[in-house]
Amino acid sequence: MRRILYLLPVLIFLVVAGFFFKGLFMDPSEVPSPLISQPAPDFDLPPLNPEKPGFRTADMQGRVTLVNFFASWCIPCRVEHPLFMELAAQHADEVQLVGISYKDKPEDSLSWLSRLGDPYARIGHDETTRVAIDWGVYGVPETYLVDPQGIIRYKHVGPIDRHTMDNTILPMIRDLSKPVS
Amino acid sequence: MIPEIGHYALVLALFVAIVQATVPLIGAHRNDAAWMEVARPAALVQFLCVAVAFAALTHAFVVSDFSVLNVAQNSHTDKPMLYKVSGVWGNHEGSLLFWITTLGLFGLMVALFGRNLPPSLRARVLAVQAMITVGFLLFVLFTSNPFERLDPAPANGSGLNPLLQDPGLAFHPPFLYFGYVGFSIAFSFAIAALLEGKVDAAWARWVRPWTLAAWVCLTLGIALGSWWAYYELGWGGWWYWDPVENASFMPWLLGTALLHSAIVVEKRDALKSWTILLAILTFSLSLLGTFLVRSGVLTSVHAFATDPQRGVFILALLVVVTGGSLLLYALRAPVLKAGGIFSPVSREGSLLLNNVLLAAGTGTVLLGTLYPLFADALNLGKISVGPPFFNATFVPLMLPMVVAMGIGPLLAWKRGDLPGTMRRLRIAIAASGVTLLGMWLLAPEQSPWWAPPTMALAAFLALATLIEYAERIKLFRASMGETLRRARNLPRAAYGMTISHFGLALAMAGMIGSTAWVTESIQVQQVGETVTVAGYDYRLDQVKEVRGPNFTAERAVFTVTRDGQHMATLRPERRVYNQPPRPTTEAAIRTLWYADLYAVVGEPDGRGGHVTRIYHNPLVPWLWAGCALLVVGGSISLSDRRHRVGAPTKARAKPVASGKTAEA
Repeated sequence: MRRILYLLPVLIFLVVAGFFFKGLFMDPSEVPSPLISQPAPDFDLPPLNPEKPGFRTADMQGRVTLVNFFASWCIPCRVEHPLFMELAAQHADEVQLVGISYKDKPEDSLSWLSRLGDPYARIGHDETTRVAIDWGVYGVPETYLVDPQGIIRYKHVGPIDRHTMDNTILPMIRDLSKPVS
Repeated sequence: MIPEIGHYALVLALFVAIVQATVPLIGAHRNDAAWMEVARPAALVQFLCVAVAFAALTHAFVVSDFSVLNVAQNSHTDKPMLYKVSGVWGNHEGSLLFWITTLGLFGLMVALFGRNLPPSLRARVLAVQAMITVGFLLFVLFTSNPFERLDPAPANGSGLNPLLQDPGLAFHPPFLYFGYVGFSIAFSFAIAALLEGKVDAAWARWVRPWTLAAWVCLTLGIALGSWWAYYELGWGGWWYWDPVENASFMPWLLGTALLHSAIVVEKRDALKSWTILLAILTFSLSLLGTFLVRSGVLTSVHAFATDPQRGVFILALLVVVTGGSLLLYALRAPVLKAGGIFSPVSREGSLLLNNVLLAAGTGTVLLGTLYPLFADALNLGKISVGPPFFNATFVPLMLPMVVAMGIGPLLAWKRGDLPGTMRRLRIAIAASGVTLLGMWLLAPEQSPWWAPPTMALAAFLALATLIEYAERIKLFRASMGETLRRARNLPRAAYGMTISHFGLALAMAGMIGSTAWVTESIQVQQVGETVTVAGYDYRLDQVKEVRGPNFTAERAVFTVTRDGQHMATLRPERRVYNQPPRPTTEAAIRTLWYADLYAVVGEPDGRGGHVTRIYHNPLVPWLWAGCALLVVGGSISLSDRRHRVGAPTKARAKPVASGKTAEA
């Protein structure tokens, strides 16, 4: 019986070491969105300008959609913008790229887009950030990938860089566009 | 060429360490003197090899050899020489090399000064020490080679993180590592004792000075880190319960317990198997700290660049060292003969109580640190554990320990007299009562409820420590000459205890005061404008641009007055370093004996004003003074001739002083 007591330290240690081993393959800094694998929220945003349609939940049915929250006052948005221009030019058939202008005056957003180029197929205007709150946006830029059934599949916080675009987002878009077997 | 020599020396050290880890062990098992003797020259050669490697890396940093990847990533020609040198251990690879060099150095010291150790014990200690070195050398050579070349070499390096370019932080890691690695000696002695199947007073006499030396270094290392966080980060706080802070704090707590339980082994031949366990766990926690910092399993502001391959390796090392030694403990500890018995109320009893409380405290810190990992691994969600947890669990455990610290030293060994002791402590009890009452009456309105009682405890500890000293020297009870003679003859270990226990009381008062009564004020301040914080008026006189060796800075000048009287001129800076271009804040602090006046200048608001943060930190200077006393007390105790590495004679081993207290 006393022997078991002496064994206790090593047994406890082995359990802790097991956790460490598991911990090595987890990323503690990654904060998952509770909305992943959930249907996108229900909303109906007015268009930013009359030439392009606005954006509502039903617009995501049947297509892979990449939803990007942006603002003219947001410096990191400017950093990721060229990647969206590229995406729109090369992959418009695979993915519907939608912008939501966040906490911004319509004229500011429009002049920003006219200067940097407008990659979006649709642009919803969310000046009050009501819809952004439903999506769980902390701040711009944030980007969400939604599958043809309207389920959120991926969330990216902060500007997207080329690595993320090529190694995470584009492969996911390809996967999601495959018809469900 | 020189980096290749360094790399080669490391490989050589590995082979020497393998010999040192095996041959003496076999020799000790077979009782073969020649084989056991291999340990000492091997320890010498092994140290020389790692020292050559360390010197080679230092050389690369000093001459800014950017063809070495490590130098290119962590140094820059513009850096002052101090930070070029401290850059050697300011990165993952170099810090590991520093670890190994220290391991080698300590092993060499055991080999040199351990002439009077029983040969088999010495052989085993050095062999175990070499096993640890083998593990670390494999780690360095296979995953973290500091001598990796870079071709083509860049024209200049990418520089050291400016936050780390600070004298406090230049010396924080080495002392931390001295502490961690110092505990490896206690660990090696513990393993050797388990192999020998014998733990006695002589063993404890050997372990104590090493533990004490490691403890002093670790205390200094932690205090330097905390001090650095206090004046460099500009947040006004000194402890954040960050996982990496905890990683250094846990071995300190357990090392403190080990320090005290080793006394019981030495004096009373009791608590042996507990002391062995503490020695194993203390070093294991040091390794755990290394693992947590370098593997990325927890998020922390401190973490080194992480890499899962390194994580797997160091976890394997942890499992072999800790798992292996705990298994050995499970097999061998029951064989150890139980020693002297004692009543719960006795010196040993109080030391055991403080051990249990320190171990329990370590357990709570460990749980709090690892809980996010456990929760994540079990899919219970992402959780972070912050100060409220530690304040609610760790602090209450430490309070009874402070009481035991005050009473314990006055108790006799074996069987103490609690009512009698409390009578002798009546002054301390009265003083803490007065503190309690006085603080309740005088404390500022927003003072938290816990400040007066905890402050009363600190007062109790300080007074009880002084009373214990006064009794030893028979102050006011014998003639002045007799008192002086006793004060002179008191062993240094006794002085060490008095000073460090008093230091802890002081530090505790500092912690309580600064946590309870800190005043903070953040605002946009125009030049010429005055802000009043805790009764002091801070006038922003000017903000000007200044240039340093590798940074430019905005320096603000504050004139601090109280009731119109000039108190201080504070010059905080906001620096932007050239390489890497990163801003840092340099807080300006004026230390008064009862508080720190603390000012930080932030970003300009573009309309002539600057964001300024002003803190009034009461009693923080006491905290640093208390930490300094802990280090001083430990060092004085270390210089006690009974601790000196040359073995004490039998007569010396009988402590004069503690015998006296026992009579009193």
